[in-house]
Amino acid sequence: MTIQNPNSFRTGPDETGHFGMFGGRFVAETLMPLILKLEQAYEAAKADPAFHKEMGEYLTHYVGRPSPLYFAERLTEHCGGAKIYLKRDELNHTGAHKVNNVLGQILLARRMGKKRIIAETGAGQHGVATATLCARFGLECIVYMGAVDVERQKPNVFRMHMLGAKVVPVQSGSRTLKDAMNEALRDWVTNVADTFYCIGTAAGPHPYPAMVRDFQCVIGREAREQMLEREGRLPDSLIACIGGGSNAIGLFHPFLDDKSVEIFGVEAAGHGIPTGEHAASLTGGRPGVLHGNRTYLLMNEDGQITEGHSISAGLDYPGIGPEHSWLHDIGRVTYISATDKEALAAFQLLSKLEGIIPALEPSHAVAKAVEIAAAKPKDHLMIVNLCGRGDKDIFTVADHLGGMS
Amino acid sequence: MTTRIDRRFEAVRAEGRAALVTFVMAGDPDPETSLDIVRALPKAGADLIELGMPFTDPMADGPAIQAAGVRALAAGMSLRKTLALVRAFRAEDDATPIILMGYFNPIYVYGVDSFLADARTAGVDGLIVVDLPPEEDHELCKPALAAGLNFIRLATPTTDDKRLPAVLANTSGFVYYVSVTGITGAAIPDYGKVTGAVARIKRHTDLPVAVGFGVKNAETAEAIARGADGVVVGTALVEAVRLSLSEGRATPATVEAVSAVVRDIAAGVRRVSKKAA
Ligand SMILES: Cc1ncc(COP(=O)(O)O)c(C=O)c1O
Repeated sequence: MTIQNPNSFRTGPDETGHFGMFGGRFVAETLMPLILKLEQAYEAAKADPAFHKEMGEYLTHYVGRPSPLYFAERLTEHCGGAKIYLKRDELNHTGAHKVNNVLGQILLARRMGKKRIIAETGAGQHGVATATLCARFGLECIVYMGAVDVERQKPNVFRMHMLGAKVVPVQSGSRTLKDAMNEALRDWVTNVADTFYCIGTAAGPHPYPAMVRDFQCVIGREAREQMLEREGRLPDSLIACIGGGSNAIGLFHPFLDDKSVEIFGVEAAGHGIPTGEHAASLTGGRPGVLHGNRTYLLMNEDGQITEGHSISAGLDYPGIGPEHSWLHDIGRVTYISATDKEALAAFQLLSKLEGIIPALEPSHAVAKAVEIAAAKPKDHLMIVNLCGRGDKDIFTVADHLGGMS
Repeated sequence: MTTRIDRRFEAVRAEGRAALVTFVMAGDPDPETSLDIVRALPKAGADLIELGMPFTDPMADGPAIQAAGVRALAAGMSLRKTLALVRAFRAEDDATPIILMGYFNPIYVYGVDSFLADARTAGVDGLIVVDLPPEEDHELCKPALAAGLNFIRLATPTTDDKRLPAVLANTSGFVYYVSVTGITGAAIPDYGKVTGAVARIKRHTDLPVAVGFGVKNAETAEAIARGADGVVVGTALVEAVRLSLSEGRATPATVEAVSAVVRDIAAGVRRVSKKAA
């Protein structure tokens, strides 16, 4: 292992894919050669200006970047403290940050000559983004989705169908995101020759956590420039929701070495951490090994993975990307959590005050942003990652609010 | 240092045949019946026993073995109870090797050092941990070897000649060749290719090579036995468990249902004479 530069939080992972003790490559032998090849291909792409140029073109003209950094004036007034800015990745094509990562991986798959793309999805946003780019490039697309999530995120299932993807409802285990990931891995182990596994978050075996982070870092790089332009200085705090952690690490990473910037990750507390029905791996879990990496996991005393719970299908993963586990242990990022109820309230608040309907996932970040902002001075600059829009969630929310409100 | 696994492969070779390696899930369909199933395996013709350690997220297993794990966990099985099962078996049988097979997380959570100590005392001979490739050898493989346990690695069709030495480096006991790219219980291998693949592995190692995936009955076992030192059967046995159940529970027929399949497959394995070789 190489010693990471102690003066920087941005040098990980080491060459074996570790962030401190987290990460690694815990996969079946069948997949190991594929993962090594993927790592090589990614390193080559990373060093190739043509790859970055191609990415840049599509990010601008297809995804619609840069996404605005919007001053949420009425939300700020409501809180009476920090100046709240929203990084509006919900305006991206397909409605969430997921497309940033998918674009990178699909361009890489094309370079590798892979014609069959598989993905797992929870909320369906990653599935939709993958189906979208597969349609754009004429690639076969198979999306694994827990049967429970197929039910609660129907609009996205329909979108994937329209885009020509095959959606496979996963009936094993808890029938949510972790099981979809198991099923995608089973597919990959079977179809090794022609298949590219497009993982939707900054987790999984090395090089995925680093690669997905790199593709999502466009969020943080833009936010940094935009804030410097608008306010002439860096923000004082950042806040983002965490499922596997990709939108969060994308915003955070470019700021990790700016010691003045306070960083908050918000996990899903579901019905509340004490109830055990939550998806807060860092707050309520322990280190373990799942889906190719060592990271904080929700599990019982026998090491059996337990089901995460969240009102938001994109957050109820019982793990978290390994870089977050490391940032948690060394204390660079503060991880907190928001309950279903708090997220629902924030969903309504942002809709009514700003005319922006957020996805339930970033509603968790908004919920905590409102609390933290209230306690900060008026010259405190805060960026909230508004990583997805709420169209997909209106039925879920209506159900919870009894169809009224 | 020779181990129970080494001695057993030696003895089977002396008999001029391939070894039969049987996989069942510990605790399936319940801990008591599971012990009876395991106890009956040697009599039915099993030479080595692979005991699955149930895990909620068996990423490399097909529906049959997934379901076996679900049944075991629902019946209260745990890693601690799996070790207790081995201890109970070992009290009556000191010769049949037992290999625990599963995923790393339950072991990691148990604590690698305590697990290795407890496994050894219980009478475990070897480990197969699906999600620990050679790149992660420091996690469990090397400590296991130091503790006197065999660490059996899977080699697969994607393991090319360049990678094979790394895969074999810390492997002991035997090499488990996974005959297809895929999950357990799925595809049927191309038997001709399997023989060639085993020959390729044997150019790199003196260890016995056992072949698994796709052994369903006496005929398929016979086909595999021609080209390998050992034949592994798993899905067919956990399916026998499932089919014997009534409303999810063991019946008086459960133990015998598994034994019957083992006897059939053992007969297939024994039809191939390796005396000449
Ligand atoms: C809008 C949105 N935000 C956040 C997430 C959670 O993922 P991550 O933590 O990787 O950003 C999802 C996942 O589906 C999502 O759809």
